[in-house]
Amino acid sequence: MDNLCANLLEEAVGISKGGRVVVVEDCVQMSGAFVLHHFLKRSLYPDTSDAVIFIAFAHPFSHYERILRKMGCNLTVHRKNHRFVFLDMLTLECPDRNGKETRQDGLLALYGEIEKAVEIYSSLEGSRIITIMIDDISLIEVAANGSSNHVLDFLHYCYTLKAKYGCSFVTLNHEDIYSSANTLPLILQLEYLADVIIKAEPLATGLASDVHGQLSVLNKGSVCDLGGSSSKVRNFHFRVKENIVDYFYPGTQT
Amino acid sequence: MASSRPRGGSFSRNISSAATAQIPGVKVGPNGTSFLSSGIPDLDQILGGGFTLGSLVMIMEDPEAPHHMLLLRNFMSQGLIHKQPLLYASPERDPRGFLGTLPSPMASKEEKSHERPAEQDANLRIAWQYKKYFGEQNSEVQRGGKAEYCNDFDLRKPLERHFYSGQRVDCISLRDSPNLAPLLERCSTFSAQISKSDGNITCAGRIAIQSLCSPQCDFSDKDWEMLSFIRSLKGMVRSSGAVAVISFPPSLVSPTFLKRWQHLADTLISVKAIPDEDKELAKLLTGYQDMLGLLSVHKVARINTQVPAILEATTFSMKLRKRRALVLECLNQAPVDGSSGSSYGTSGSCSGSSKSGNLDF
Repeated sequence: MDNLCANLLEEAVGISKGGRVVVVEDCVQMSGAFVLHHFLKRSLYPDTSDAVIFIAFAHPFSHYERILRKMGCNLTVHRKNHRFVFLDMLTLECPDRNGKETRQDGLLALYGEIEKAVEIYSSLEGSRIITIMIDDISLIEVAANGSSNHVLDFLHYCYTLKAKYGCSFVTLNHEDIYSSANTLPLILQLEYLADVIIKAEPLATGLASDVHGQLSVLNKGSVCDLGGSSSKVRNFHFRVKENIVDYFYPGTQT
Repeated sequence: MASSRPRGGSFSRNISSAATAQIPGVKVGPNGTSFLSSGIPDLDQILGGGFTLGSLVMIMEDPEAPHHMLLLRNFMSQGLIHKQPLLYASPERDPRGFLGTLPSPMASKEEKSHERPAEQDANLRIAWQYKKYFGEQNSEVQRGGKAEYCNDFDLRKPLERHFYSGQRVDCISLRDSPNLAPLLERCSTFSAQISKSDGNITCAGRIAIQSLCSPQCDFSDKDWEMLSFIRSLKGMVRSSGAVAVISFPPSLVSPTFLKRWQHLADTLISVKAIPDEDKELAKLLTGYQDMLGLLSVHKVARINTQVPAILEATTFSMKLRKRRALVLECLNQAPVDGSSGSSYGTSGSCSGSSKSGNLDF
C-alpha cells in the first residue's frame, strides 16, 4: 500500500482522528465522486480497523465495488469482515401525497439503520473510527420530495452520532444546484458544520486530457498546539486515473 | 490487496462478453458495461461505443427546432430493428402515430455508394481537416465489422410496418394523466419484463420519453414530482438492461432544477438549431450551409469507473448527407485569419497544447 501522506489531498486534509465532517462539492462538468472513493479507500486501509457505513443514493453496489477493486480495495471482503456496510437507497421513496409524516418516516428509518450499525460496530473490540459516507445529499432531497428541512433534520440527527461515537462524515453534494435564495440554507448549513470543504471544479479552459480539473480544499483546521485555529485554503490540479488520482500544483506536472 | 477473486478487476471483460454476446444489438464495452447503439453511427463513435446499458440519457431540446426528434427517431428505429422492446411516451394525443414517422435503415448498397465520395474527397482536403477523416475511416472499419450493431437510417423513408406492429412496443400519452404515476408504473412493468429471467439480462430495452416537462402535461409545474420520477426511472433502468432517453425543453425548467436534472443524467446531450442567416457564423465555419444544427455532449455516462471521459471536441455539427442520413461532424473553423491555431476551436486550450504535435502545420 502506498504512503498515507503521499499526495496533496492527504496533506491538505490532514490526518484524521475521527469526529470530522468533510463536505465534497462538485458540479455538472466535473464529478467529485473520486474524492469520495479516495476517502472510502483510506478508511478501509488494512492496517487499521476503521469501518465505513456507506449510504448510496446515486449508484448501486456493483459500481463502487468495481471502482474500489481497481484501487486495490475489495469491498465484498470488507463487508464480510464487518468493516463496510452498504445501504442501498437507490429506490428509497418517501411516499408523497400522504402528508409530511411519511416523508419523515423514510428518513427516520434510514437514521435508525445507521444508528444501529454504528452501535454494533462501536461495540466490537478495538479502537475504530466509523466513517459515515453519503452519496449524495441532493438525492436525499429528491427522495424527500424537496423538503430540505427534513433533510437538514436527518443530517443533524446523523451529526449527533459524532458526539456520541466519534463518527466521521464524508458527504457529497452538488454546488451548482444551490444558486437561488430559497435553496441556499441547506448548503450553507452543511458548509458551516463542515471541518473540511473540498470543491471539485473543471478548469476554466475546459476539460483537458492531462489535467482534469481543480480541487480547492478549505481546511478549517483543528485547534493547533498554540491555541489558535488556522484555516487553510489549498488549490491544486488533479488527474483521475482508474487506480489512483494524481494531485499536483498547477504547472508542476512532468 | 486482499482479493477473493483474483480474476476480477480489469480482467473481467472476457467473462461479461461471453454473457452478453448473444444479445442482438448490444456491444460489450469497458468496465463490464455494454452499449446500445444510438442509431447514429457518428454519435456512437463520439460516445465511445453508444449509450451505456443501464444509463439515463437526457437531451436538452432547442425551443425553436425539433432536432431532438431526429435523435429520438433514430434511437427508437434502431431498437425496433434489433427487435428490442420499446416504450415511448409523448405529450401528443396519439403517440402510436409517431411510430409511422420513424426512419427506415438504408440498403447496404446505398450505404456503400455514399461512403465512396467521402473517401475520394479525403485525398483532396487540406491539412486542417485531416483529423476528421482519420476518425471517419476508423468508424468505417468498425461499421464493416459490426454491420448490424448500428444502421444508417434514411430519414425520408418510413420504417416498414411489421417492425413496430409487434406486441413489444408500448406507447403512452403524457397528456391524459394528472401526475406521473401511470408513466412510472408502465416504466417499472417494462423494466421488470426485461430483467425477468433470474437477474440475467436477456434482452435490451429502450425507453424514449419525449418532452417530459412540456406545458401540455398537467404535471409540468410539479418540479419535485418530475425529479423524483427521473430518479426512480434511473434506478429502474440501472437494475435492468435498458436505456432511457428523455428529451426536455430546458427553458421550461427553473435554473436550479435544471442543474438537478443535469446531475441526474448519465449522458447529457443538447441540440441547438442554427439561425438561417447568421453571416458571422457562416464566415467562421466551413460547410455552414449544410448544417442542420449543433449537437453538444456535456456528459458521458461513467458507470463502474471514476475516470472522466475527455472528448476531443464537445460540439458537433449535425448534417444531412444526401438529404437522408444524419451525420455528425467536428466543427471546422474556416481559415479566416490564419492565427486561429488548431481547427478544434471547441477543445480547450490545454488539450490543444498537448496535441500540438498532430496539428502542426
